[in-house]
Amino acid sequence: MINFNYLRVSTTKGAVDAIVRDSAAQWIAGGTNLIDLMKKGVMSPQKLVDINNLPLKEIKKEGNKLVIGALALNSAVADNELVRKEQPLLSLALQAGASAQLRNMATVGGNMMQRTRCPYFYNPDMPCNKREPGTGCGALKGFNRMHAIFGASDKCIAVHPSDMSIALVALDSTVLVSGPKGDRRIPFQNFHRLPGDLPQKDNTLERGELIVAVEIPDNKLNKNVHYLKVRDRASYAFALVSVAAAVDLQGDTIKDVRLAMGGVAHKPWRLMEAELFLKGKPASEANFREAAALAMKDAKGYGHNNFKLKLAPNTLVEALKTATGKG
Amino acid sequence: MKQDLFFDKKIPDRINRVDGRAKVTGSAAYAADHKMQNTVYGFLVGSTVAKGRIKSIDTKAAERAPGVLAVITHLNAPKLPSYTTGKDPSQPPTGGHPLRFFSSDEVFYYDQAIALVIADTYERVLHASKLVKAQYEKAVHQTDLDASLGKAKVPTGPRFEDYTRGEKDGYKSAAVKIEQEYYQPIDVHNPMEPAAIMAFWEGQDKVTVYTKTQGVQATQKSISDAFKLPLENITVNAEHIGGAFGMGLRTWPYEIAAVMGAKKVGKPLKLVLHREQMFTNVGYRPATTQKIGLGATTDGKLVGLTHDATANTSAYEEFTEATVNMSRFLYACPNVTTRYRIVPLNIVTPIWMRGPGEATGSFALESAMDELAYQLKLDPVEFRLRNHADSDPENGLPWSSKFLKECYQLGADAIGWKDRKLQPGTSKDGDWLIGYGMGTGSFGAFRGAATVKAMLHPDGKLILQCSVNDMGPGTATMMTAVASDLMGLPVNKITVQMGSTLLPPGPMQGGSTVTATVGSAVHDVCLALKEQIATLAGKEGAAISKANAQQLKAADLVFSETGVASKTDASVRVSYSDLLKQNNLPVIELTKESKGTKLPYSSYSYSVHFVKLRVHPATGRIKIDHVVSCADAGTIVSAKTAEGQMMGGAVGGIGMALMEDLVIDHRFGRPINNNLGDYHVPVNADIPSVDVLFVNKKDPYLNPIGAKGLGEIALVGVAPAIANAVFNATGKRIRSLPITQDKLLEA
Repeated sequence: MINFNYLRVSTTKGAVDAIVRDSAAQWIAGGTNLIDLMKKGVMSPQKLVDINNLPLKEIKKEGNKLVIGALALNSAVADNELVRKEQPLLSLALQAGASAQLRNMATVGGNMMQRTRCPYFYNPDMPCNKREPGTGCGALKGFNRMHAIFGASDKCIAVHPSDMSIALVALDSTVLVSGPKGDRRIPFQNFHRLPGDLPQKDNTLERGELIVAVEIPDNKLNKNVHYLKVRDRASYAFALVSVAAAVDLQGDTIKDVRLAMGGVAHKPWRLMEAELFLKGKPASEANFREAAALAMKDAKGYGHNNFKLKLAPNTLVEALKTATGKG
Repeated sequence: MKQDLFFDKKIPDRINRVDGRAKVTGSAAYAADHKMQNTVYGFLVGSTVAKGRIKSIDTKAAERAPGVLAVITHLNAPKLPSYTTGKDPSQPPTGGHPLRFFSSDEVFYYDQAIALVIADTYERVLHASKLVKAQYEKAVHQTDLDASLGKAKVPTGPRFEDYTRGEKDGYKSAAVKIEQEYYQPIDVHNPMEPAAIMAFWEGQDKVTVYTKTQGVQATQKSISDAFKLPLENITVNAEHIGGAFGMGLRTWPYEIAAVMGAKKVGKPLKLVLHREQMFTNVGYRPATTQKIGLGATTDGKLVGLTHDATANTSAYEEFTEATVNMSRFLYACPNVTTRYRIVPLNIVTPIWMRGPGEATGSFALESAMDELAYQLKLDPVEFRLRNHADSDPENGLPWSSKFLKECYQLGADAIGWKDRKLQPGTSKDGDWLIGYGMGTGSFGAFRGAATVKAMLHPDGKLILQCSVNDMGPGTATMMTAVASDLMGLPVNKITVQMGSTLLPPGPMQGGSTVTATVGSAVHDVCLALKEQIATLAGKEGAAISKANAQQLKAADLVFSETGVASKTDASVRVSYSDLLKQNNLPVIELTKESKGTKLPYSSYSYSVHFVKLRVHPATGRIKIDHVVSCADAGTIVSAKTAEGQMMGGAVGGIGMALMEDLVIDHRFGRPINNNLGDYHVPVNADIPSVDVLFVNKKDPYLNPIGAKGLGEIALVGVAPAIANAVFNATGKRIRSLPITQDKLLEA
């Protein structure tokens, strides 16, 4: 661990200025991931700008949208009455993540910003293009049981580890950011990116842009929801595959549906084709299976993670069955 | 049979763990908790290659870093007077050479220490450690057991020669047979408390250490050998250990390095391994590939059993364990062949991990028994009963005690075995498949030597001293229970002092021997103490002198908290305070050595584990609903801690069966999940209700308290019970641990 300076700010502008001024500075919120990365020598910011005092903890309704402050704690969001009533999928996804202790520290913005848990990324003695561009991808021909089956590149096959983000991408959320050039709205599915040739870039934020809130539009998707996380133990493990499913069910018919997968790609993986297929169709296992087949069209295994090619569609079917009570 | 269970039987009270309060309030001091003025901190810098030589090592930046007192490498390390020969009987039966850090430029495994940095604070030593840079002359390493099977060899030493009883590979001619391969990956002990040592020297030739060891005397001997000092110049303390599971059964190179470092800087030195170093420097359950050939007659009588095992050792030592030995005695079988081989790999030397070889071996044997039971269309319990060994088939000796049949029956009743369907995949709960499985565990029952000192004070307080320590099972509680029962003293009048070479010598805490050994020593010293009290009380003119002038015996007296009274007339009594006053004694004390003798019996503890679980076939999720563990461990001395120990074994077995696997990327020779985030052990949510049942029948020959061992059999047999239950649920036989979703879905 290297020595670093520490600065506490209390306004969004102050936070942005501090980062723009100093190219070696980095924000810290809950710190549940960054501290680990600093201990491991994966990241070594020379200045930490503590944003925990910013007034960004509120969870509120604005018109027909639910707006969640970037510094709201994961546990606070998961337990919030409004969230549980209107967007229960988000609450379920948050509860599936990490441990109670971590959820009490981790923030919404920090959750989105967490880095992959790829072991090659975490060990500075190993090759990793995300940590050190040009050194190669250690996982590509290494131990890749946890790795991506969608949208990977030969530069990086890591996955985004968040559970919360899987629900947020499914719910058509928007990320509100504030930066040196003013405020910007980023649709959640455009927030994280695929690795391509730049695996070092996890997302589409510009330098100095701070997440201030996440906005979830009103929907009728709060009755039939399920977040199914398949993992190596019952709690405190990252997803092998997870599925966020929210269905607007009218009788047996799927009027509307949102589906996203975790543990399968460098970004939260929205399943638009499967959604499109299911809309207007009866909720049945046969239809769920067909939707799952569509979802898996471009999937590719890298060896140890080949089992995800079976696990992912089965998890999707299972999540839909549980969400709808059908099939 | 029910009345024989401890729940209904004598075992006087379910007494609480006597050190429980100290542990939960944090006042129990573990190795690294000890504080001394001027303490400095050490940190080990590990090699980044798995094999080769250190070409150059640059320590300048580290030496200049704030607070740094020394950087010890092979270039400047004080030369140790001697190496141990590996002949110390308290150490693993290893061939080869114990590794000494910094004795040469040679690297045998990834993360082998190449430097010890010493600084005034922990943070500073951590920082300075990152500044040490080395260049290597790399050599081709090998960390893959499968790729090295061609190098398998018979270990040095007599215990591991090939064994044949009857016809070699006799299973081949059986009417019904199976041949299968089973794989156990590297599992890591991962105790809560990391490996840690605090060492300080007084002058040039006296050293005291607090360290995480399961045997203070063995560590004392190792330090004595390394530094060529008389034993009495070395004090080793380890009163409390935060779990070890076998990791503390030898002296590790880091401990010797710390003692060396403390001498070099002339200050108390504290060295705590980082969690990541716990995966690379202090042993593990070795990777083992096994083959079982098992054959029976059509009516289910075993004809032949062949058990081959090949496990890894390190590139510099031979580590061995009894992986195949259970196959020689567990079942009545005329033709048995076992072969055990080891393969050197560029990984640190393994060390026994709970249930050591037997846990690995029983996974293969008890899975194979289940497989053959299916071929025979026989209930697995019935199959085992048909092949029950009524005497030891390995040597023909009678058992000193064996209540394995009782374990089968108790467990089968408690789990609801009658609900098990023979046909896999036929028992369902919604989308989940239900399965039942069982597995047998066994481990040798031994009694070693221990010396216990007992001191009775005027107020009736009894102090017991022995150098044995407690890695968690509740040794002090067990000692208290034995003494309380014999002396008629309440638990709170008894204090156990343990875990130091300054105390009378006791055994290592390992191999499930401590209750049988130390419990018996407590028994013996208490009996002797009672006779001494009787002699004092019955002296001419004393309180309870006998009319007929015969010498008063303990049997004539009732012993209680306040003193002794005549058995025939309770009003004839004397308090301990009066007794000591009359005899002008401050305390009655007695030290007694106690040990077992060679018996014309064969002695083993037994366990049978029953598991009910559910599998979600589409996603490969496994949820264990219920575990019932039954044990024949002789007399149960301390019911509550014994039950806790059995539960812990079940949890360890669940981890072994479903999660634990140290993954090494063989391209680099490095583990990639050497942290507790990626190396999974069970969390609370993975653990179902675990019911523990004890037969609780005294072993009449092994020792005076009738106890056998418990620590190992708590885990041995759990993993095959789970694997067999998974098969019963799904029809999928997973022969490679751990049983994870990928294996279930690909099977």
